Amino acid sequence: MVEHRRFGNLLPHLVLLAGVAIVAFPVYLAVIASTHDNTVIANGQMPLYPGSHAIETYWNTIVSGTGKTTRAPVGGMMLNSLIMALGIAAGKIAISIISAYAIVFFSFRFRMTAFWTIFITLMLPVEVRIFPTYKITSDLHMLDSYAGLILPLIASATATLLFRQFFMTVPKELVEASKIDGAGPIRFFWDTLLPLSVTNIAALFVILFIYGWNQYLWPLLITTRDDMQTIVIGIKKIIDVHDALTEWQVAMATAVLAMLPPVAVVVLMQRLFVKGLIETEK
Amino acid sequence: MENRAIFSGKLLPYLLILPQLAVSLIFFYWPALQALQQSFLVQDAFGLSTEFVWFENYINLLQTPEYYHAIAVTFVFSALVAFFSLTIGLLLAVMANRNIRGVQIYRTFLIVPYAVAPAVASVLFIFMFQPGLGMIARALQRNGIDWNPVLNGTHAMILVVVVAVWNQISYNFLFFLAGLQAIPRSVIEAAAIDGAKPMRRFWTIIFPLLSPTTFFLIIVNITYVFFNTLGIIDTATGGGPNGATQTLVYKVFQDGKVGTDLGGSAAQSVILMVIVVALTAFQFRYVEKKVHY
Repeated sequence: MVEHRRFGNLLPHLVLLAGVAIVAFPVYLAVIASTHDNTVIANGQMPLYPGSHAIETYWNTIVSGTGKTTRAPVGGMMLNSLIMALGIAAGKIAISIISAYAIVFFSFRFRMTAFWTIFITLMLPVEVRIFPTYKITSDLHMLDSYAGLILPLIASATATLLFRQFFMTVPKELVEASKIDGAGPIRFFWDTLLPLSVTNIAALFVILFIYGWNQYLWPLLITTRDDMQTIVIGIKKIIDVHDALTEWQVAMATAVLAMLPPVAVVVLMQRLFVKGLIETEK
Repeated sequence: MENRAIFSGKLLPYLLILPQLAVSLIFFYWPALQALQQSFLVQDAFGLSTEFVWFENYINLLQTPEYYHAIAVTFVFSALVAFFSLTIGLLLAVMANRNIRGVQIYRTFLIVPYAVAPAVASVLFIFMFQPGLGMIARALQRNGIDWNPVLNGTHAMILVVVVAVWNQISYNFLFFLAGLQAIPRSVIEAAAIDGAKPMRRFWTIIFPLLSPTTFFLIIVNITYVFFNTLGIIDTATGGGPNGATQTLVYKVFQDGKVGTDLGGSAAQSVILMVIVVALTAFQFRYVEKKVHY
């Protein structure tokens, strides 16, 4: 900073350490709890260091599913979450990039109508129109299907707007040069525009993956079969069992597993994630 | 909007835009219109006949005390979450904007809660606040506080606020940090040369320059509390005890799920839609303005 401080940077370090402690403590506690036996946890006597039941707990949670509380093993739920998250990210990017391409680079009748029709979907999150959306998905026989988990959640314009914004900054000369070289609209899209958009696509992918993985209400409503459940829903069902019976070590192992993929993505892709977040929201 | 009109395909543009239009029409416009239509209808108990009743559902809704209670709960909840998560996010961002050792590590840790699903965050905190076994619950009880979010409405509210704030800190932190990094150093240095001390520099220069970010974040935080906290509330308290944590969105969800009053639930949805559209429109107008400087 600008001037020299007597105590150096002690204050920022202290504040940031406190912040990190608050952020990390619940996660740490979940990891610890997943390594102890349930009787130790249920007594409220859990120590702050790891126990010896980790392998057993994680094996039961992921593979075999424990008799009492989880009806299905968490491994299958994680696969469902993964398919849903990847489907939402890939699907939304795919439909958005081509519609933004049409809006920016073509002139056709109803162009503005189409743009506004898409733009308005920014306004309402799925939570507000949840039951009619449920009914329509059900009428289309999409309950308990991946299409039902994915399609209704890609109906929003955030990604389209982001691509539109980016395409408008592509210099006209580039398009003209490409036309002189004899490239048609499809060639231009594949050979020029797509390579230019790689960073944007990747950043958006990170954001949408987390969005998809973390969905709660929609999968809760439209999945009834155990084998279609996502892990975020699964965890609620584990703790919903009456108090004394809750297998806390399984619940916490499930929480850890549910956090792992999105946290890994955010930490490993930090720069892309931040870029994607700040661009999509503005 | 600038028209680049570079390609003049006849069919291609329609094909390109079709998938998104189809998805929007089927999963956005159709359900939104159904909600609107449903809100003007009353269905008999067996779902056999429906009657068009104009605004009766709305009028009934506005005469139920529970609805006003849900409005109050939503207001208190939003205000608390926005206030605490913004304050803490700003404080951490200011500190993480310093050129200190290991700042990158701090930043990495601080963005973690963003990646945690609200419902999962909720489960982490339920574990700590569970009377009898939770670490924090036991500490509170040792100090003579009869902590019980299942029976005590205030305790339940504190619990959901804590979870939501924890979940939201990262987001505010990241946007404040980006805002701080966009402030030119020369401005701050000039103030330092004029003899302004750090606190004064913060309140007279940095904070005002951050105001567009702050304003944007207030709107986003309110929207967050409205919708994304549904997973928190459903796992932590189920809206209880006695409606103490039942927000407007959660009420739509519960009323619709029980399914006895479709018209009433639809009317609630429509009112919510109006609120969100107003908030979003407000935000857009403001963000548009922000672009100018």
